[in-house]
Amino acid sequence: MPSVVNNLNHQELPLIEVIDLTFRYNRVEVLSDINLVVHKGDFLALIGPNGAGKTTLIKLLLGLLRPHRGKIKLFQRDLKEFKDWALIGYIPQKAIHFESFFPISVREAVALNLPQARWYDFWTKKINEREVVKALETVGMQDYIEERIGHLSGGQQQRVFIARALVSRPQILILDEPTTGVDAITQEKFYDLLAHLNQEKGLTIIIVTHEIGVVNRHVNKVACLNRSLVYHGTHAEFCQSDYFRQILDEGHHLIGHKH
Amino acid sequence: METVWSIFHYGFFQRALLAGLSVGISCALLGVFLILRKAAMIGHGLAHVSFAGVAIGLSLGWLPLLSALFFTVITAGVLVKIRQKTGLYSDTVIALVSSFGFALGILLVSLSQRINVELFSYLFGDILTISSLEVIVSILLALSLVIIIIVYFREFLYTTFDPEAAQVAGISGDKVELLLTVLSGITVVLGMKVVGILLVVSLMVIPAASALRIARTFRQALLGAVVFSLGEIFIGLCLSFWLDIPAAAAIVLLSFGLYILIVLLTKRSAQ
Ligand SMILES: Nc1ncnc2c1ncn2[C@@H]1O[C@H](COP(=O)(O)OP(=O)(O)OP(=O)(O)O)[C@@H](O)[C@H]1O
Ligand SMILES: [Mg+2]
Repeated sequence: MPSVVNNLNHQELPLIEVIDLTFRYNRVEVLSDINLVVHKGDFLALIGPNGAGKTTLIKLLLGLLRPHRGKIKLFQRDLKEFKDWALIGYIPQKAIHFESFFPISVREAVALNLPQARWYDFWTKKINEREVVKALETVGMQDYIEERIGHLSGGQQQRVFIARALVSRPQILILDEPTTGVDAITQEKFYDLLAHLNQEKGLTIIIVTHEIGVVNRHVNKVACLNRSLVYHGTHAEFCQSDYFRQILDEGHHLIGHKH
Repeated sequence: METVWSIFHYGFFQRALLAGLSVGISCALLGVFLILRKAAMIGHGLAHVSFAGVAIGLSLGWLPLLSALFFTVITAGVLVKIRQKTGLYSDTVIALVSSFGFALGILLVSLSQRINVELFSYLFGDILTISSLEVIVSILLALSLVIIIIVYFREFLYTTFDPEAAQVAGISGDKVELLLTVLSGITVVLGMKVVGILLVVSLMVIPAASALRIARTFRQALLGAVVFSLGEIFIGLCLSFWLDIPAAAAIVLLSFGLYILIVLLTKRSAQ
């Protein structure tokens, strides 16, 4: 695997380094000897079949799970010493699966992630109004600020979750299958937004997805996971790789369904 | 109508009102969080545990309020630890703990010769016999709860809405769960005298469920639950005196009726 890593662009500093990472749930080894580097400005797609360990890897990166073996570095610091979580915006796989009757307005949901918010900010009328509005403007949802989230469409909810992640001014955005259950057009707009954040705002993005078409259009790096790292490299090389051909041959079975 | 308003002059009614309204505030606030965390039955489970606590107090000759508080708070802590360690659903853990509490209570009751009407007043509520101590503790609890929720609003809401994202933002969901459960334990003990062990869960669930039907923001939900709860307990208590019916039944049936009404009204407006 190191030979593949060496092919990657080394001009930018690595923001995330995964070194010989192994993880087990109880006795079952779910991830074996993963080596992965994410540089500043990367737009990385993490792909792989159901149960490949994608969500597990993301949770390890975020410190939600502890590695069995190996090391993770964030912003050149060991994960154990890393404290600056505002630098990382996270949208969990389950984020949009809240109950639709959950009474939370768009404003409240976004304000939750203000790292510098103090307790009384939530009870005075103009709480960090500018920060919240700015984050919503970036995703085009500023007109819905008073709306209850459960009343929005799936695509709109996803935008609000992006705004929630952005409000802490992160440098890395991590999304775990953000477009499941969203129609093709909305999905396309959503990825345009991500591409915009990546190119114009220099945001580093890691996205777990089953959409190989999306991978082809927008990302510049691909990592294929199936318990171990099957492929890790640039998108251009990915298209030439055996693994990609294998996926196409098998009618995307390894990746999931393409609409 | 001089006779109708004369009840407000009685000391026992004033104590009942103060205790009932304070417990109502606590129950309503906790209820909103518990429902959204799919742990609404926690009140029911802890009420059964506090039954054992009362039985311990009565058989040892301690103040039942104190022994119930002590026993319920400890069990609430253990319950949370069990859930966090085993990863079981909270309703499973609640079922485990509530049956343990009730079985222990029954055992103690059968062993003791001194069990009397007092136990009955905890089972079905007896708001007329509320002591000044219980009134004061209830008021203090309601005050602390309001302050805790105002100060830890972000922590409570974030861990309820999206526990994973909250954890990444540095907010420990486990601590919030422990705090909520222990506070529920205290609230349940104080609610026993108001509506009884078997109905205390209704004070937590019904006003909050009503507010959740109409609130658009989370602050509206909290405020709405408190308003419903206060109104229902106040009117329920008055009705119980005027019509000479049990207070617990009056309060719970009234809240249930209002909830059904709200469901019907919001259904129409949603279509
Ligand atoms: N909490 C858990 N306890 C035990 N095993 C788990 C747990 N969570 C996941 N697993 C197992 O770990 C493996 C990897 O799961 P993971 O959720 O990381 O897969 P994934 O690649 O995200 O899949 P999907 O595409 O379905 O989201 C699976 O085989 C799963 O059964
Ligand atoms: Mg997953």
